[in-house]
Amino acid sequence: MSDNDNIEKVNKNVLKHVDTNVWEIPTTYQPNMRVPGRLFLSDTLLGSLEVGAMKQVANVATLPGIQKYSMAMPDVHYGYGFPIGGVAAFDEDEGVISPGGVGFDINCGVRLLRTNLTQEDMMPHGSKHDLIEKLFHNVPSGVGSKSNYRASNSELADVFKHGVRWAVENGFGVEADIEHCEGGGCIEAADPTKVSERAYKRGRPQIGTLGSGNHFLEIQVIDKVYDEAAAKAFGLCEGMVTVMVHCGSRGAGHQICDDNIGILRKAAVKYGIDLVDKQLACAPIQSKEAQDYFAAMSAAANYAWANRQMITHWVRETFESHFSMDADELGMDLVYDVAHNVAKREEHVIDGIRKNVYVHRKGATRAFPPGHSDVPSAYRDVGQPVIIPGSMGTASYVLHGTQAAMELTFGSACHGAGRALSRKKADHQFDGNELVANLEKQGITIRGTNPHSLAEEAPEAYKSSSDVVNVVHDCGIAKKVVRMRPIAVAKG
Amino acid sequence: MNKQYEFIEHTADAKFVAYGNDICDAFENAALAMFEVMLDTACVQPLQSYDIVLSADGLDGLLHDWLSELLFLFEVEGIAFSDFDVQSIKLENKTDGEGDDNVWTLSARASGEALDVQTHGFKTEVKAVTYHDLDVTCDENGCTATVLVDT
Repeated sequence: MSDNDNIEKVNKNVLKHVDTNVWEIPTTYQPNMRVPGRLFLSDTLLGSLEVGAMKQVANVATLPGIQKYSMAMPDVHYGYGFPIGGVAAFDEDEGVISPGGVGFDINCGVRLLRTNLTQEDMMPHGSKHDLIEKLFHNVPSGVGSKSNYRASNSELADVFKHGVRWAVENGFGVEADIEHCEGGGCIEAADPTKVSERAYKRGRPQIGTLGSGNHFLEIQVIDKVYDEAAAKAFGLCEGMVTVMVHCGSRGAGHQICDDNIGILRKAAVKYGIDLVDKQLACAPIQSKEAQDYFAAMSAAANYAWANRQMITHWVRETFESHFSMDADELGMDLVYDVAHNVAKREEHVIDGIRKNVYVHRKGATRAFPPGHSDVPSAYRDVGQPVIIPGSMGTASYVLHGTQAAMELTFGSACHGAGRALSRKKADHQFDGNELVANLEKQGITIRGTNPHSLAEEAPEAYKSSSDVVNVVHDCGIAKKVVRMRPIAVAKG
Repeated sequence: MNKQYEFIEHTADAKFVAYGNDICDAFENAALAMFEVMLDTACVQPLQSYDIVLSADGLDGLLHDWLSELLFLFEVEGIAFSDFDVQSIKLENKTDGEGDDNVWTLSARASGEALDVQTHGFKTEVKAVTYHDLDVTCDENGCTATVLVDT
């Protein structure tokens, strides 16, 4: 694939226009496609889609055991191997699993906490600058930051095995938090013995840290309600102050992905899988290599859930101390926690038959429908909350999953907004300190460590999250419930 | 002095091509380029050194593992590197059961100092070295190493 593929935009004449906002890459587009590609895009978003991203969707369609379509969510963009914003499901017996379909930051994900506060309620307790400063201090972030928690190797093994449950049982949060995580914040297949020593070395000092780049901790206000009944079921209402945490599995996850890409590159050759792109390295799901990867990936996912849970606990403690009220009085419940880089073994109906498939979501969020057993009982009439973080200084959304998502996208939706400008270009174009000053004028306080990192996260460096969210809403994959605007952000 | 490396525009990540008169040079410049993605290497003093010896399948595998080792040390030891001396890159003709006959070994010394985010002008964290478009090519003009890193 040439470097130009990263820049040149798609000519829509190669696509079939299947429905409003739904485009198909026919199997004739390139050799060896087993299924068509399906792109969920508005005309505007299609206009900015890179040829390379489309080719990657088509490449994924060549993998053995892929079911129905190789899909791209509205925030799709060029990745490596699989595109970012890609969804692909593989038959458990005939299909493959691929680390490239999950990403390096395994279980990069996001969670939302509600509160009983409004912005007016916050004022008598000092400025939001004080509060974000305390959060910035209490939740370690940025490159080289170390956790406030000293974990031993055997504790880390428990983190890898039990995810959120480990955190709750060790004093970080409450039992109710577990039910409000996707899959109970734990993938049972996790095996800490499949995690390398390197990953342990990287994971130990970082458990309970936010990271850097596009990860953040944000105080928000719900400024629009689209669905009153769903908002009520989720415990949300207009004017409510919320807190969002966006981060992943840190160095441990990156290492686990890297370890396994090397192994699966060799496995693909061993099992005679012809790869159109080496970054699609994969192995048959039932092979040892694939199961070992899935066990290690699950461990990384559990680490990320424990990580976000620890951070939640410190956020609650910070609010308790700042407002001199306990977390119960503050109503700081976990609304929900979703992963957006993960592979899950799920049951789906395909051509009328119930099948177990491994759904790869890289830059995509699970969006399960009303009635599904993994949706918390309080939300089961509405559907699973789908939390979509905006880029720095822009709106975030909560949506809910639908039956249409199960039929169209293996119960998946978008995850945010892709980059429009490279980090390098953004750092060139924007001055971090000026950006902070401008956002402050708009009522958004940014507390970061590094002007370059802030410049790279300029709102203009990203595509519009509202465009992306509107497409999933219009396609019926996930329906808008509320919108939040940021009032203060802590970044590494 | 000839160009050591150049960055190639990429929306989501960071891509560079490193140059060298020979393979060791190219590997040194690839390491320099990777750290330059992260910080201002000119501000990093080469006060502490680490000796690195590793083997991998293929020159592209060796490049991946060399850069990954540096990233690992950066993260776990908290050392920013700015000086790289790749002493040798050798083809080992091993005959093991799997029949790998293109195993390469690298021997190098990397020098730097404890990371200081302010002093070193830290910019972007590199998460991992990918295999995307990873390439090592040598001809009569010298060697190039192409790498895309996840940021």
